Amino acid sequence: MNETKKDKLNISEFLDQDEKKDLLRLLTAGSVDDGKSTLIGRLLFDSKKLYEDQLDALERDSKRVGNAGDNIDYALLLDGLKAEREQGITIDVAYRYFSTNKRKFIIADTPGHEQYTRNMITGGSTANLAIILVDARTGVITQTRRHTYLVSLLGIKHIVLAVNKMDLVNYDKNVFDKIVEEYRKFVEPLGIPDVVCIPLSALKGDNVVDKSENMTWYTGRALLDFLETVHIANDHNLKDFRYPIQYVLRPNLNFRGFSGRVASGVVHKGDEVLAIPSGKKSRVKSITTYDGELDEAFSPQSVTLTLEDEIDLSRGEMLVHPDNVPHISRYFEAMLVWMDEKDMERDQQYFIKQTTNTTRVHIERIRYKVDVNTMEQSMTDALTLNEIGRAVFVTNKPIFFDSYKKNKSCGSFVLIDPITNNTCAVGMIIDEVKSSDLASTITEADRKKMQEGVSAVTVAEREKHLGHEGRLFSVVGDNLAAQRECAYMLERRLFDIGHFAVVLDAETLGLKNRDNAAFAAIAETLVGQGLTVICIDLYGEVKADAFTIGIDKETSQPVERDKNFCTINRQHIAEAVENIINIKL
Amino acid sequence: MPEYKLSHLKELEAESIHIIREVAAEFENPVMLYSIGKDSSVMVRLAEKAFAPGRVPFPLMHIDSKWKFKEMIEFRDKYAAEHHWNLIVEYNKEAYEAGVGPFTHGSKVHTDLMKTQALLHALDKYKFDAAFGGARRDEEKSRAKERIFSFRDRFHQWDPKNQRPELWDIYNTRVNKGESIRVFPLSNWTELDIWQYIRIENIPIVPLYFAKERPIVNIDGNLIMVDDDRMPEEYRKRAKMMKVRFRTLGCYPLTGAIESEADTIEKIVEEMMVTTKSERTTRVIDFDQEASMEQKKREGYF
Repeated sequence: MNETKKDKLNISEFLDQDEKKDLLRLLTAGSVDDGKSTLIGRLLFDSKKLYEDQLDALERDSKRVGNAGDNIDYALLLDGLKAEREQGITIDVAYRYFSTNKRKFIIADTPGHEQYTRNMITGGSTANLAIILVDARTGVITQTRRHTYLVSLLGIKHIVLAVNKMDLVNYDKNVFDKIVEEYRKFVEPLGIPDVVCIPLSALKGDNVVDKSENMTWYTGRALLDFLETVHIANDHNLKDFRYPIQYVLRPNLNFRGFSGRVASGVVHKGDEVLAIPSGKKSRVKSITTYDGELDEAFSPQSVTLTLEDEIDLSRGEMLVHPDNVPHISRYFEAMLVWMDEKDMERDQQYFIKQTTNTTRVHIERIRYKVDVNTMEQSMTDALTLNEIGRAVFVTNKPIFFDSYKKNKSCGSFVLIDPITNNTCAVGMIIDEVKSSDLASTITEADRKKMQEGVSAVTVAEREKHLGHEGRLFSVVGDNLAAQRECAYMLERRLFDIGHFAVVLDAETLGLKNRDNAAFAAIAETLVGQGLTVICIDLYGEVKADAFTIGIDKETSQPVERDKNFCTINRQHIAEAVENIINIKL
Repeated sequence: MPEYKLSHLKELEAESIHIIREVAAEFENPVMLYSIGKDSSVMVRLAEKAFAPGRVPFPLMHIDSKWKFKEMIEFRDKYAAEHHWNLIVEYNKEAYEAGVGPFTHGSKVHTDLMKTQALLHALDKYKFDAAFGGARRDEEKSRAKERIFSFRDRFHQWDPKNQRPELWDIYNTRVNKGESIRVFPLSNWTELDIWQYIRIENIPIVPLYFAKERPIVNIDGNLIMVDDDRMPEEYRKRAKMMKVRFRTLGCYPLTGAIESEADTIEKIVEEMMVTTKSERTTRVIDFDQEASMEQKKREGYF
């Protein structure tokens, strides 16, 4: 009886304790043969998280496809997808969960080979700590350098260099010391604050959970012990209050709340806040949650703020403290990692999503690209899959940002291809770029061309931007009202389907009865710049290859006399315009 | 200076709320798939939290396979009414009228027609462009690799080798007409986290999760409860009363019970901590074929 009671108490105590544990997100990286999956399997297994039936399935699978002989193949626990189980490699990021008495852990397990850099970047973006594996027999190799560089790029502050397979080098201290020395020399310039090296054997369990008896010369801690106790400097910036409006909550006329996640910093009830970009000021009236009002909120809490004044705010805008404002600019510089099979196109506009803001962005220039293996810089015009470079960006509207180094939440962004909708690149902002600095991209040769009257914007760029080529329509007839109706109807319908068109009316331009040649020249110039032009043409052909629409009273359907001419009926202009769009676009 | 640190549960809660709001803000026509299970109950509570003091701005949808436990349906209707949910219930009418069921057609055909096809049909019918699901990454190996915002093509299919990179908490919500995103706000929660949250938040769950004497037949090693007389006579007559509970809930003929004394959340967690079976083992459908969940996911099932 007593025992039951005690048990009951224990489990409640356990739950109360468990509830208060914090969370460590970690990234593991290593090459195919470093035994990474084995190490994770070991952590999960030895921390007693593995359930028996998962083990049953494992034994069954090991016998059929396992690579570990008679031993349990821990890697099979992790390599979930059918395709990769057949290839014997990990192809994507897999997330694993385990907990100990001290902490909860989320592991992002990422593959090591070069073509999958994007997956490592994906897995590492939220990590507090990275475990980089090396094989004791081979030591620091190209991939080790690449992984370490990516970890530093992502701003991860803690690295564990796990020197694995120590059992295969007779647990030799000299081997370990040599690897550590080489690695430290390499890692130092990257400025990662906390680097710890641990000799271990994932397969045999040395220094994974328990200190190894085979390496008494190692005085540091076993891996799990280290992971449980490492002090994670709070990854969330608590200094600079940034509150991107995510969702406007208006359940009734008396409540207008601005929902969002505190991206960084702390806000208190009563604080004066500044809305960006409108510049309006107010005070925080309440910090509302389902569980009641709070006196303060901090990153990464999701809350709803109400303000004392009725100011209009919408998604994408930001609340900050008036004395601590982020950069507000259309120009910035960032490290960019290209994640798409489709190469970067320099004259393409991409969507940029940064905090809750989405706008269009143009990659103005690439300062250099970085060889991830040697970290050497070289010149390039565009990036391809898995390439990393430093680039200058210009957005269509200003965004509100900090440097990634100072504030991850407001310094990170993704680029989205407007055609495929793929996430094609990700970036980490370095700094604002002054627009005066951008002018330097205009070369002497460019200036000379401009002086000669040549546009610095090419037709191809315009067409890419507009999404179509320029076309010329000419509406002829003897009834100006009908011609205008047809022209503006066509303009409206083209606009509706995303085609940018303008109407030129000789009469309103003041060219009536005067210079037909000038009228034609204006039309042709505009078409040459990629615009679609609809001329209300009173005096005959504007240009030989214009598509001419004649309006008369009799015809009921557009009559295509030849490919450049049709006649439509005055009474049925709307249907005829639809037909023309369907045939001609 | 106070220590501004969240417990893991509060951190997970903040992350889930952020995800749910992001969908409400960026999609035209989202829906939350509601399975009546404990994870769904947590997900619905998180949605309520995301929009408090307002109401959840999207409907919940339950795909009824017509073979759910009776207690599940009662629970669903009671809470939908009490909480004023906008609840849609859909089922595969043709297959239902043709008498499709697990006893007559086997688990594979039944699951495909009454769950996968019913779901796909309902998604098309309402033209939802985003659908929340309560799946967790710790449940099953192929789920461990899925993004939080998981892209589906026009045919609702998942391509595990061609997933959109997903970084920080910036989610790509862009889709073309006909395409959609499945969103998993509980991705980073574990089973223990779910129970903890139910416990501290006092979230109501279907009583089947708690141990009780129930009529049970052992069918091929699975403890199946006699929930109605559609179970063939040959099985029913073997039924015995056993004290059991369910770790997951689904179609009653496909959901095995476990023998248990755990009739409180504390006891359930205690049992879980020492248990030797992980939760999906009691789901018969996972064992149809190797990598069967991945296969079903590719086809459009969650």
